[in-house]
Amino acid sequence: MVKKFDAKSFLRSMLVPILFLIVISFAIPLSGFTSSHLIKEVMTRLARDSFLAVALIIPILAGMGINFAISLGAMSAQIGVIMSQNWLIGEKIGGIGGLLVAALIALPIAIGLGYFAGSVMNKARGREMITSMILAFLVTGFYQFFVLFICGKVIPITNKEILLSRGYGIRNTIRLETAGAFDDLLMVKVKVPGLMRPIEFPFFTYILIALACIFVIWFKRTKLGQDFRSVGQSQRVANSAGLHVDQIRVQSVMISTVLAMFGQLIFLQSIGTMNVYSGTDQTSLFAAAAILVGGASVAKATIPNIFIGVALFHTMFIVMPNAGKALTGNPAIGEYFRSFISYGVVTLALVMHAWSRAKARDDERKRLRRDKTDAAEAAKKASAENTP
Amino acid sequence: MPLLEIKNVSKDFDGNVVLKNISFVLDEGKVLGLCGENGAGKSTLMNILFGMDVIHETGGFQGEVILDGESVSFKTPVEALNAGIGMVHQEFSLIPGFTAAENILLNREITKNNIVSSVLRSEKLKTVDMPAVFESAQQSIDALGIKLPAESVVSELPVGYKQFIEIAREINKDNVKLLILDEPTAVLTESEAETLLHSIRSIAARGISIIFISHRLREVIEACDQVIVMRDGLIVADYPTDEIGEHPIGKIASWMTGRTVGESVADEARDLTKEKKIILSVKNLWVDMPGESVENATFDVYEGEIFGIAGLAGQGKLGIPNGIMGIYPSTGEVIFNGEPHELNNPRKAQQNGFAFVSEDRRGVGLLLDEPISWNICFNAMQIQGLGIKKYLGIPFRHEPTMNEVADKYIDELQIRCTGPQQKVSNLSGGNQQKICLAKAFCMEPKILLVSEPTRGIDVGAKELVLDALRRYNKERGTTIVIVSSELEELRSIADRIAVVTEGMVFDILPPSTKSAYFGLLMSGEKIEGEVI
Repeated sequence: MVKKFDAKSFLRSMLVPILFLIVISFAIPLSGFTSSHLIKEVMTRLARDSFLAVALIIPILAGMGINFAISLGAMSAQIGVIMSQNWLIGEKIGGIGGLLVAALIALPIAIGLGYFAGSVMNKARGREMITSMILAFLVTGFYQFFVLFICGKVIPITNKEILLSRGYGIRNTIRLETAGAFDDLLMVKVKVPGLMRPIEFPFFTYILIALACIFVIWFKRTKLGQDFRSVGQSQRVANSAGLHVDQIRVQSVMISTVLAMFGQLIFLQSIGTMNVYSGTDQTSLFAAAAILVGGASVAKATIPNIFIGVALFHTMFIVMPNAGKALTGNPAIGEYFRSFISYGVVTLALVMHAWSRAKARDDERKRLRRDKTDAAEAAKKASAENTP
Repeated sequence: MPLLEIKNVSKDFDGNVVLKNISFVLDEGKVLGLCGENGAGKSTLMNILFGMDVIHETGGFQGEVILDGESVSFKTPVEALNAGIGMVHQEFSLIPGFTAAENILLNREITKNNIVSSVLRSEKLKTVDMPAVFESAQQSIDALGIKLPAESVVSELPVGYKQFIEIAREINKDNVKLLILDEPTAVLTESEAETLLHSIRSIAARGISIIFISHRLREVIEACDQVIVMRDGLIVADYPTDEIGEHPIGKIASWMTGRTVGESVADEARDLTKEKKIILSVKNLWVDMPGESVENATFDVYEGEIFGIAGLAGQGKLGIPNGIMGIYPSTGEVIFNGEPHELNNPRKAQQNGFAFVSEDRRGVGLLLDEPISWNICFNAMQIQGLGIKKYLGIPFRHEPTMNEVADKYIDELQIRCTGPQQKVSNLSGGNQQKICLAKAFCMEPKILLVSEPTRGIDVGAKELVLDALRRYNKERGTTIVIVSSELEELRSIADRIAVVTEGMVFDILPPSTKSAYFGLLMSGEKIEGEVI
């Protein structure tokens, strides 16, 4: 049975990306950016943000919706970066080495936090998304206490550059020794005919993102991936087939948290500085908004959703301030659009998901009714033929 | 050779005996038909066989189960599965978004090694071999004798096929020796059921034994080698099918109901169909109530009568009042008092003079943590403004009026309580049910729909509840539609009884009809002239 291509349902699923495309196509000319500048910016942002969005896919696969607790992975990454910058002071191991040490420190933290988040979400079955979101706020509190007090009071901080002048607590913003470690490793310049300057993009980072995508695709095809899909589709059926539903759900959040940790490292080295206290506040929101803009729903997300989404979402970020300025004379209006549109997209996606689920139920009902009526009519016809 | 032997199995739930000394033998490759009314103990017996949690959570069972010569007692369904028992439940346990093949091999996927899995020696990281999965699934589907590509997505298939996929899943397991089919034909059309019976025979021919539970007695006769009839926790008949003799369906039906002619019935059953007018006319009603869906029900209720609705669990009798009241989504044509009645609007229904006593007493019927007076007045307050007093045009609750109303009903219905302020959660089931009745009476309805009014309450309270309904009907002439799974109860109160089978009103009979005939109708059979 070949699945028919259904233009209507395809359009419905791509509604958000199409809306975005329309908005952007108006905003780009208004912003006055040259195409080479725009492409370079988008390429940079794709490298910077895609990995974080990849982290969202596996919990969606396991039916837990958008894991807003990927901020926990981001926090572990930030702790890893702080510690590596502290302990590696004066060591000559370079940017890549620094990032690897940071990842090594962050990995157990991310695994532990992922386990914690997954277990909490199991307790709040059916409300995973809001739970993960509130959980992220809670853990942010612990994290801020850690960087503000534990660092310096309990854990000795020898690197004065990152320490507040009072002797404990980490500075608000720190400059990273590891800035651009991945990005600058293999910067590729491509000459595009028709553009003035060649386009530069961080090839090595793209390789890392490609690896993450290959991991996700490979994972989906393993036995474990199939288990995740089963649990995601129906916990009841999966449980009766002997799958350990709770364990699988925790695993999915752990994988997601660890991927988010790597994603945040990539993000940080690309930016070059780290906002210690509020840097993870909107990590999950932007990643979620991006993937939803790319046409994903809280129940289904694919690799193309990530790239379409990140590209569209960040193009809008780039052009909006200038477009806003051109329209209203005030660049702040574009900034304001940032959070307005991200929250808007998430809300829209949630509403559309609920709506399409209700519609699916309705269709199911209609179909059942049609099946029964057809069968009854067929039986009537058959009996009429039998009695001449 | 016996595959399964049940020896003196008994089971009680907190002293309430549901199985008494059950013993039978099932041979290899044979099909056993298990019949019995609701509550006869079939499900409990199957739960014991399958090691369901409810059994050992309530203290296990007495007696012995011997499978393949070994005494077994399963602690979990997984143990039963591993021992070779497969079960197809009434409700589907399929994943709608998966293909038939993925469902058939759920958690038993055929895998092959990849680099990572061979390095880590991990079973879980092996790649799922989809072509092999499809092939294996297709073989099982073909074995059932139906035409269905294994690549079909379950959600896009007609309902009937889902049952076949479930069975294919069970026979796909290499070790399966015993297959339990619980009402497998309930959702099938006639021709699909026919195919299924053929499949059952061909599965049995492969040496797999089958326990076939069905209320469709004709199918039981057709498909089974042996028939066991259970009633009130006992096996009342155990015969090879060909030894039952003449009129097997009628015989089984009378074994199931177990009552002889001439029981107590409503001595005052009236026939109002000639003298009174139709007050409620239901045409082609469809109700989407999970587990109790109504599919094309049509019937008329006459003014002033007590109209009973009988039927087995899951056949849709509960869906009828719930659909008319707008509790579950429904479509169809309902005419009340000559005017079209709006469906899917509980408020409108109540404004038009309907009142409903729900079978879900604790969920829909009562505000458990509120006092009796609030509960009794709640709907009447919402719909008719009873117990509301306006100050400066703003409505306020007026407690004295509410207490007065509550006192009246406490008195009338003999509700045992400390007073109108007692919380209903502290009352017994019977008294809670009386509150539900009072709540409905309070609205002074033109028609009262009562669903399972005596479920889960003790015998004394049952009689009081039924008496209250009789009295209300007699004193006020209010039309009552009563749905119950207890046939005897309906026969003692109703003027006419409709039998609901597979979501439709199968027939409407006077309560003096023999109960075996009711049993026959509930099993979906309508035979003229069969001797019972």
